[in-house]
Amino acid sequence: MLKNRGIAFKLVLFFTLSSAIIFTLIFGYNYYVSRKTIEKNVEENARTIVTNAMNKIETALRATQKVPENIAYFLENSSYNEKELVQLIYTVVEKNQEIYGAAIAFEPYAFKKTSQYFAPYFYKPNQWIEFKSIDKYYNYLYSDWYQIPKELKRPQWIEPYFGEGGGIIMSSYSVPFYKKVDGKRQFKGIIIVDVSLEQLRNIVSSIKVLRTGYGFLISKNGTIVTHPLKDLIMNETIFSIAEARNDTHLREIGRKMIHGESGLVPFKSITTEKMCWMYYIPIPSSGWSLAVLFPQDEMIEDITNLNKIVIFLGIFGLFLLSIAVVFIARSITEPLRGMAKAAEHIGAGNLDIELPPVKTRDEVGKLSEAFNYMKASLKEYIKELTEATASKERIESELKIAHDIQMGILPKRFPPFPDRDEFDIYATIKPAREVGGDFYDFFFIDDGHLCFVIADVSGKGVPAALFMTLTKTLIKAKATSGLTSDKIISRVNEDLCIGNDLNMFVTVFCGILNTRTGEILYTNGGHNPPLLIRDKGDIAFVEGKGELVVGVMEDAKYTTESIILQPGDSLFLYTDGVTEAMNGKSELFSEERLKKEILKCRGESILKVIECIMGEIVQFSLEAPQSDDITMMIVQFRGNKGR
Amino acid sequence: MLMNIILSLFLFVASLFLNCARAEETLKNAFFIPQWSPQAQFAGYYVAYEKGIYKKYGINLNILPGGPSSPSVEFLEKGKVDFATMWLSTAIQKRSQGLKLVNIAQIIQRSALMLIAKKARGINRPEDIDNKKVGIWGEDFKIQPTAFFRKYKLKVKVIPQSYSVNLFLRDGVDVASAMWYNEYHTILNAGLKPDELTTFFFHEHGLNFPEDGIYTLEKTYKMDPALSCAFVKASIEGWLYAFSQPEEALDIVLKYMSKANVPANKVHQRWMLSRMKDLVLPVDKDRAPVGTLTLEDFMRVSNTLRDDGLIKKIPDFKSFYGECVGYVEK
Repeated sequence: MLKNRGIAFKLVLFFTLSSAIIFTLIFGYNYYVSRKTIEKNVEENARTIVTNAMNKIETALRATQKVPENIAYFLENSSYNEKELVQLIYTVVEKNQEIYGAAIAFEPYAFKKTSQYFAPYFYKPNQWIEFKSIDKYYNYLYSDWYQIPKELKRPQWIEPYFGEGGGIIMSSYSVPFYKKVDGKRQFKGIIIVDVSLEQLRNIVSSIKVLRTGYGFLISKNGTIVTHPLKDLIMNETIFSIAEARNDTHLREIGRKMIHGESGLVPFKSITTEKMCWMYYIPIPSSGWSLAVLFPQDEMIEDITNLNKIVIFLGIFGLFLLSIAVVFIARSITEPLRGMAKAAEHIGAGNLDIELPPVKTRDEVGKLSEAFNYMKASLKEYIKELTEATASKERIESELKIAHDIQMGILPKRFPPFPDRDEFDIYATIKPAREVGGDFYDFFFIDDGHLCFVIADVSGKGVPAALFMTLTKTLIKAKATSGLTSDKIISRVNEDLCIGNDLNMFVTVFCGILNTRTGEILYTNGGHNPPLLIRDKGDIAFVEGKGELVVGVMEDAKYTTESIILQPGDSLFLYTDGVTEAMNGKSELFSEERLKKEILKCRGESILKVIECIMGEIVQFSLEAPQSDDITMMIVQFRGNKGR
Repeated sequence: MLMNIILSLFLFVASLFLNCARAEETLKNAFFIPQWSPQAQFAGYYVAYEKGIYKKYGINLNILPGGPSSPSVEFLEKGKVDFATMWLSTAIQKRSQGLKLVNIAQIIQRSALMLIAKKARGINRPEDIDNKKVGIWGEDFKIQPTAFFRKYKLKVKVIPQSYSVNLFLRDGVDVASAMWYNEYHTILNAGLKPDELTTFFFHEHGLNFPEDGIYTLEKTYKMDPALSCAFVKASIEGWLYAFSQPEEALDIVLKYMSKANVPANKVHQRWMLSRMKDLVLPVDKDRAPVGTLTLEDFMRVSNTLRDDGLIKKIPDFKSFYGECVGYVEK
């Protein structure tokens, strides 16, 4: 179906298609590489941002940790009374800006033998430092902050909680302290400092990634400690969110986070539902985990925008390209269409049609030039051809006339002498061309003598015809009563030799039949020997002395010989067109075949004999064109038989 | 025109007044307190209230917020409320101590109390708990664990457990106490997988102590058994409604939680409500109608209490149980 479409269509299709493919390949590769590059950069950036934030948080937590750790060291290695202890806690709360409250809680009866509980606590609910004994409010021995470090025998960050009055998220660092009793290290109590996590919240909420990226912090239990969505804070764990979203993937991430792993994972944002990359990293001192989300679409926003422009430019470019291709294709196909139309006209014979003008010097221009040249040449050639045809027709018609004239000068009426029945004569001629060099003739010299001639002029065509006419006329003029045939031929020879610059010649057999006796006196000037057909007997060639052809040598001598025909005998004369007629295999008809054929039709009338031989020759040379004039003549003597 | 408006306003106000008067006439006032702060553990009561089911049964109910500072037994004892929920074990002890309270419905049929251990710490069977640190809650929460340890002849190091499971999560104890509908889910939502945990449900170890039941004072019950039983009937209807419309029930519960300033987590409450369904309507055995207290359950708890020396004499079942389920069905 594409075959039937025009060049313009094909050009547009193939150029646009291949350009589009190239464009798509380049575009795709570029997009892939730039996306990879950006993602790599963002990942590095993510690592930096998260690590920085983690370091800040870690620094803040470690600074807090130092205080109770130092107190633990002091309590383990010094002695102190109640007043000093209370003063120490007060000072800690007073001097450390970041510490909201601090307490030292003792094991039952560990501080004073008289009281079960002892847990003095200083805190800053406002700008004033206030005091309370924790044991008056609840049994601290079963609190997480007391039990966990006690049981684990190491300091612990407590799960974040809402501070008194709510709103502010707090956490506590509690450190167990011991005392050597009888050489054994015995657990004595817990030092706890409460800190607001506001500073951490600020660090995390200051993480702004791209437009909607954010950070969040989870505790060791997976509880959301800071998050842009306030409702999640302290209410949800990463696992309850996973359960609500039915997201096992998130659950796995959460497990990795609380197990102190770090990683970069794809993650669907809880706030925007966008696909993000989430980078998470543990806070070593507390076992919490910090995560930062990078919205994927915003990461590649720049290249997405660039790509939109590139795609637009690409499509626009392809559109322009198509227009250009259409334009170029038109400039080619329009003259071609014009030329095709012109060629149709030329084919129909209108050589005067104007070709469409082509100004370009390109292939189309050259084609147009060639077309113009062809048109001119055709016109010229047809003109010449017309002229040549006309002149040929003229010559042909002239030759036709010449043929008619030539045939006209030969006797054509048979029997020629109906009132003479002592002999019979019949002749025929079949020229190879319009005019030929063979001829025959017969006429009475006087009442008892019939002169008959058969001749063949050298060459063919018009020169031979003219020479033949001349020869025939001469023979008829010279053959007068009383002259023998050699005299006639000699005189003709003399006349023909005069001015025969072309050295044309003629073979002539000239005989004079005595119609009473049947004697034939004859002269053979270089002609084929005739066949003597005896009525009762054999057939034989009349072999003469072999005299010279006529018209070559002026003083050539000719003799007269004689044969006598008995009544019923015939003499068959012919030109070499008979014996030298060729078949398709270049075989000659030959004297032998002639003799054989005559034997077959002997006894028939002389007319029949000649028709029979002519028929055989035509049959024989069916596949080969006639190359020479064919002339045959039979003279039959009847004597007084006819009377 | 103006007259019309005034007239219609008057008629409207008058009809309101009349309606109220009629309602006042037919509804009986009653006070109720659950044994803990609002959560899905008490969804049935809040739903029945919100859906007007108590009113339907002729009760103008007031639900007081429960919690650690408002012990339901104390409220009932002092006559601050007409109805309260409490554990069967608590109620039997109180009755034997002389407080004339009556069980009018045993809502929870199966004990939700359990012990949880991490498989990673090598605990797979009760025997593995031997010589391990076990977090145990105080008071009535320790009755089943004590019986459990006795049953399996375990010597354990009891660590008093607070309200949180953090000590367990941080491996401060090997085994923790938990309510199936509460702490167990908290542990799951702190990142542990169910298959990482070994659970010991007491009801699977012959220690099914049905927990929450509805109680009233004997005198209240005797004075107006119809009111008590209407309250039971309405409460059970509330429960059934909550189980059939869990999302609506959750929203109601969350509303009360937020009102009481209790941290609310919808996922957690959803878990709790569906566990309550398992506990209130156990499917695995042929049970008496919802809310029935069986003699078998009563005796199991009473015997254990007596064995532990917590009661001297088992109270009379007939006077302890005011068979409201049967009453209502008549």
